[in-house]
Amino acid sequence: MTVMQKKDHDPTAHLTSEDVERLGEELDAIRASVVATRGERDAAYIRRVISVQRKLELGSRAVLLVSIFPPAWILGTAGLALAKIIENMEVGHNVMHGQWDWMRDPKIHSTTWEWDNASPSEQWKHSHNELHHTYTNVVGKDNDLGYGIMRVDEDQRWVPLYLAQPLWNFLNACFFEYGIAAYDLELGKNLATRKRRSSPEFKARARQVLRKIRGQVTKDYLAHPILSGPSFLHTLTANATANLVRNLWTHSVIMCGHFPEGVETFERRSINGETRGEWYLRQMLGSANITGTRAMHFMTGNLSFQVEHHLFPDLPSNRYQEIAPQVRALFEKYGLTYVTGSLPHQVGSAWKKVFRLSLPNDFGSTAHAKVLELVRPARREDEAQAA
Amino acid sequence: MTTDVPATRPPRSPLRHRVTRLAEKVTTPLLPADYLDLFHPLRSGADLRGRIEEVVPETADAATIVIRPGADWAGHVPGQYVRIGVDVDGVRQWRAYSLTHGPRADGRISITVKAVPGGKVSNHLVRWAQSGTLVHLEQAAGEFVLPAKGTKLLFVTAGSGITPVIGMLRNLFPVADDGVVRMPRSAGYDITVVHVAPSEPASIFLSNLRDLDRAGLVRLVARYDDVHGVLDVSDLGDLVPDLEERTTFACGPAGLLDAVQAHHEERGLPLLTEQFRVATVVTGEGGTVRFRNGTSIEADGGTPILTAAEDAGLLMPSGCRMGICYGCVLPMRSGAVRDLRTGDLTTAAPGDDVKIQTCVSAAAGACDIDH
Ligand SMILES: Cc1cc2nc3c(=O)[nH]c(=O)nc-3n(C[C@H](O)[C@H](O)[C@H](O)COP(=O)(O)OP(=O)(O)OC[C@H]3O[C@@H](n4cnc5c(N)ncnc54)[C@H](O)[C@@H]3O)c2cc1C
Ligand code: FES
Repeated sequence: MTVMQKKDHDPTAHLTSEDVERLGEELDAIRASVVATRGERDAAYIRRVISVQRKLELGSRAVLLVSIFPPAWILGTAGLALAKIIENMEVGHNVMHGQWDWMRDPKIHSTTWEWDNASPSEQWKHSHNELHHTYTNVVGKDNDLGYGIMRVDEDQRWVPLYLAQPLWNFLNACFFEYGIAAYDLELGKNLATRKRRSSPEFKARARQVLRKIRGQVTKDYLAHPILSGPSFLHTLTANATANLVRNLWTHSVIMCGHFPEGVETFERRSINGETRGEWYLRQMLGSANITGTRAMHFMTGNLSFQVEHHLFPDLPSNRYQEIAPQVRALFEKYGLTYVTGSLPHQVGSAWKKVFRLSLPNDFGSTAHAKVLELVRPARREDEAQAA
Repeated sequence: MTTDVPATRPPRSPLRHRVTRLAEKVTTPLLPADYLDLFHPLRSGADLRGRIEEVVPETADAATIVIRPGADWAGHVPGQYVRIGVDVDGVRQWRAYSLTHGPRADGRISITVKAVPGGKVSNHLVRWAQSGTLVHLEQAAGEFVLPAKGTKLLFVTAGSGITPVIGMLRNLFPVADDGVVRMPRSAGYDITVVHVAPSEPASIFLSNLRDLDRAGLVRLVARYDDVHGVLDVSDLGDLVPDLEERTTFACGPAGLLDAVQAHHEERGLPLLTEQFRVATVVTGEGGTVRFRNGTSIEADGGTPILTAAEDAGLLMPSGCRMGICYGCVLPMRSGAVRDLRTGDLTTAAPGDDVKIQTCVSAAAGACDIDH
């Protein structure tokens, strides 16, 4: 990607500002139709999901009490991984977005929810809901573009650190929940200077994260293994595996949201004085969907409807699938590209970009020269020494 | 749920406390209760809930709902009400209803609801409530209760205002299979009931009142608007000759209560009243209401801030929702609100933190609420 404003072909060039505002109104109407019909069916849905998730988790953990038996280990680990994915994706992510706040149930509310993840919900909500969803795909503003450790856009400046970004990305996938915690804490920025490091606000937030992590680690790697008695080690490895599977899965799904080819990025300046219509347009062009079965959509927490989610982050997740045809029709009507593809295709596309952009943009032409430049002075020094 | 939400009850013993803490280590970031609720929502130690067990129609638009309360239900004094949280169209709504039962051997409680036109919760309960449904409860509350010692009483009730009174009467005079039971403890009460209703068929509990009257336990004076015309309070003295000797309990719409109040004040007679709804008299311009979490809503001048905020999905503290219990009070950092009952303006300069009752206060300009 190159920020849209610098491209030869601007995919929105054919739209007048009136078109964009009309598009915004049509999207507002879709939103209003969902809000007007939110009700018992939706409430029953999320309650059922939460209930099933908790029972699945309890059941799996119960089976893992005897994880010393291989079938129990396999069954329990699979169940727990599934339960953890549902908890993070369809429940946690969506509840914390406020998708269910309208129910006024204090137990299913964005202000009270805490999820099974290293990052405390309060910090995640700030970096995700307030920053990422507001500044989606704006280079230099949306830290989700590469999470600050990768270069996923031509317009992000290349530094040699990015040479290893396929490795960073893989490690981030394995330890994704800690990656998220560090990211929400803005660890890179906050550790950079002594002033930031020692600011009381940062320290308080760091303590909050450490407390959360201690609780999570104690649960998965101490409390449940101890309860398992002779199965101590087996339960420990089962829980580690479930967390790993959950991490790999969520990381893959999330990569598909904004990194695949075809998704646009935007210049910092381009969002100054942005109208509601323009904001919608940016969300439409800046997100990508995943095609698949109902079960797949469910396991992604309906983030496979990333476009719909980014347009309406606080609508109940079970509704994204229902409004997707209407949203897609608007893409067609306004001549825009609805980026979507199967999970393997989108994951592949995102990974390809991670590899490609680990090298400078002009690698092959100027990079060659740059390497020569790096080598030449050294050679001159050698020659001087020899002389 | 977060671990920082306190458990509903303080742990009973150090051992229990220790066990709870250990269990939390196993369930974090949820609480053990979040899992136990899946299987036993009415257990001791759970948030107070109840299960609807029976729905009995009373009139065309009123029904009695019989509820099995959770194990921690602490009982009630007849005349008190219970706050009940019901999910209507998926949205949790809290309302107060008088407890309408006497002593019950089965430990269940009941409320009697009259569907008001356009009313969310009352219509839902009367027409759609189903046995088996879980509802949320708070402990019984209210000062409108039967005096502990027998005296001469007058109950003036209108419409569904009969409900707390029925609770008291059923407690005094329980009904068995072979009719009303005379309890020794009830002997000291001498009760007259002036019951007002738009018409006879719309009158809830009329047969109960008649039975009591026939048994000589109370004296019933029933007045129907369509037969007798709207009750003129100055006639009370004629309807109840020994009015001067009685303590009056009145429950009904604001108009009636105001009239009884004026009437009794003039004569220096003791009076206790209970009202079911806010009588909005004054509205004005609304304004933008801002909350601590960054939410900001446009509230009109006729809607209580409580309702406006709830409609925007905020979790708000509340109680009676009509200005009597102070369960909804929040500090206003700055701004202006109008009391819907009186029209009085309350203003706060930045930093003042003036406490306001959100259930009866509407925005009167921009305001900043500390919540
Ligand atoms: C202490 C207390 C005890 C109560 N006990 C009972 C009881 O035993 N039985 C009972 O039926 N109700 C009782 N109520 C009233 C009850 O709490 C609700 O206010 C009532 O059921 C209406 O709620 P709703 O959701 O249906 O109406 P809403 O949706 O809240 O209101 C809809 C419309 O109805 C009007 N309205 C609200 N309340 C009333 C009312 N009481 N009468 C007429 N119109 C109204 C509103 O102004 C509005 O225009 C009690 C209230 C209090 C404060
Ligand atoms: S809710 Fe009771 S005073 Fe406001």
